[in-house]
Amino acid sequence: MSGKTLYDKLWDSHLVKQRDDGSALIYIDRQLLHEVTSPQAFDGLRLAKRNPWRIDANLATPDHNVPTTDRSSGVDGIADPVSRIQVKTLDENCDEFGIVEFKMLDHRQGIVHVVGPEQGATLPGMTVVCGDSHTSTHGAFGALAHGIGTSEVEHVLATQCLVQKKMKNMLIRVNGSVGPGVTAKDIVLAIIGKIGTAGGTGYAVEFAGQGISDLSMEGRMTLCNMAIEAGARAGMVAVDQTTIDYVKGRTYAPKGELWEKAVAAWSDLHSDADAKFDAIVELNGADIKPQVTWGTSPEMVTSVDGTVPNPAREHDAVKKEAIERALVYMGLTPDMAITDIKLDRVFIGSCTNSRIEDLRAAAEVVKGRKVAATLKQALVVPGSGLVKAQAEQEGLDKIFVEAGLEWREPGCSMCLAMNADKLGQGEHCASTSNRNFEGRQGFGGRTHLVSPAMAAAAAIAGHFVDVREFLSGDAN
Amino acid sequence: MKAFTTLKGIVAPMDRANVDTDMIIPKQFLKSIKRTGFGKNLFDELRYLDEGQPDQDCANRPLNENFVLNQSRYQGSNILLARQNFGCGSSREHAPWALDDYGFRCVIAPSYADIFFNNCFKNGILPVILSESDVDLLFKETFATEGYQLEVRLAEQKVVTPDGKEFGFEVDAFRKHCLLNGLDDIGLTLEDADAIKAYEVSRRQEAPWLFDAIQAS
Ligand code: SF4
Repeated sequence: MSGKTLYDKLWDSHLVKQRDDGSALIYIDRQLLHEVTSPQAFDGLRLAKRNPWRIDANLATPDHNVPTTDRSSGVDGIADPVSRIQVKTLDENCDEFGIVEFKMLDHRQGIVHVVGPEQGATLPGMTVVCGDSHTSTHGAFGALAHGIGTSEVEHVLATQCLVQKKMKNMLIRVNGSVGPGVTAKDIVLAIIGKIGTAGGTGYAVEFAGQGISDLSMEGRMTLCNMAIEAGARAGMVAVDQTTIDYVKGRTYAPKGELWEKAVAAWSDLHSDADAKFDAIVELNGADIKPQVTWGTSPEMVTSVDGTVPNPAREHDAVKKEAIERALVYMGLTPDMAITDIKLDRVFIGSCTNSRIEDLRAAAEVVKGRKVAATLKQALVVPGSGLVKAQAEQEGLDKIFVEAGLEWREPGCSMCLAMNADKLGQGEHCASTSNRNFEGRQGFGGRTHLVSPAMAAAAAIAGHFVDVREFLSGDAN
Repeated sequence: MKAFTTLKGIVAPMDRANVDTDMIIPKQFLKSIKRTGFGKNLFDELRYLDEGQPDQDCANRPLNENFVLNQSRYQGSNILLARQNFGCGSSREHAPWALDDYGFRCVIAPSYADIFFNNCFKNGILPVILSESDVDLLFKETFATEGYQLEVRLAEQKVVTPDGKEFGFEVDAFRKHCLLNGLDDIGLTLEDADAIKAYEVSRRQEAPWLFDAIQAS
């Protein structure tokens, strides 16, 4: 018998009941809640007169609709009445059911996928869900984590379980280390460029290899965050010393004797050497360069030294049409150099890249430089109140402001533009978020996904540049 | 949940791959705390020429006449024919809510994004998977014949064309059972409450740190 994959182990340890029809009841250890996908779930509970199964498994925080500017008038000060009602509804629901919530003015508030790990609410070996597709982020901890819809949010609240079918196993291995200036964001974009946005559909993906184990926890979170952009509901990385060091001492992490016991249990959270995967994808770390998306899907990506594709060279009719459509929407011409794309705005933030390390990387690039005069706006939005405080303690906020970037309050912000931060029609944005779909960052807005360092370099230059030139100091 | 047994109706062709959930229902409409009323904003950015706002009366908005749902021949359609990777992107259940509210009870496509696919079943919508070539053929027939209708029979797992061609499809047994009978998943899971409790007791022994975790401080 062959060994087990990490996913097999996580599945087996959470199996409550295998049903004859192939479906299974899987136990959920942690549910994170935010204001957009939970109101209808709480309503459903009330309608059916059901109570949450386990209050202490849930943690909530508002993130999508919160303003990132002045918050001195609290929730009542949210200008958009519809957003305000949604944030208030989360507060009321959490109060009514006794669920712990970091409310908008709490210093721990932030994007759920930043807050969960930061608080130790996400632990190795857990099953983690949230009504948000980027829940895959938490797989960085050797956890089984995926996004669910609102009906399932209600299902988990009411039963602490989900009805699931086991997915297939995929291994994505990055052999060897990546070069300087190449980050987790570039690795995951390169992976999506290779396998496509549906490449991981139906799979639980494990990321492994030197290029992955070299990454910090922040980097692993960036990587797993975008597993969903490769079509995989869940992405994960095996537990190692980096994981343990990150978790230790966090608010909701076990302490003392329990900690020792937990660490011992977590040592098994990796795929066995003889585990069988249904699919294996390999990349060479050394081949990965800083990435930039040019189109309207994350798979429409190339290296910063590349060019916008020419549909005339595409033989597949469906792909050709997709490229043509994307080029019209993005206002780009075939064969133009990526570095010739001029930018209107820059956004550094989102659950993909708003952690302290991301902000440090961006600050390092802009330090002592000035944002290009042609830029309308460059925003830095920390992922949580604690990230913000840490950055301010390190003086990063001053570096940003001196360089001409805006320093904001934590939230999703321009990642999906549900609050007041958005792109205008036709504007190009270098964004550290995860989706470049049409209209994602504002009606008619044009998003280019990049790493924080690449976004920072683009802010200085006013167009894309290879950040590696910046880091070596020979940029103009 | 509404039961789904047999559905016969007009087919609307959505001829583009990778239709994402932002396209199905743009984010400004996710601010609603209700489950209904999303139909008028289904495919909002494709359907109208201006930028839609929540709670807006859509009757006077400028329509994109070229968009398929605005063409008279597809009015009253309840089956959406689509291309590969339909519903990719976010987990928002507002996407199936919008499809349902508009009147679509069935989508036919060669493949779907996982979360969207799952969300459909929770809302009484049947996402049928047919091969690329079968879907191609259905697109051709839909374009060729005004008022083209299909019949979708869940019990027999078949899609039937007007001239009697039949296409079989696979569907998970549990999901089929729930759809056919309009069953509430939560009620079904709670029938296993004892198994869940037994799991918790043994898991608490093994991994006590997973319990009593999140407490107000
Ligand atoms: S930051 Fe963006 S992707 Fe992440 S949870 Fe918020 S809206 Fe979703």
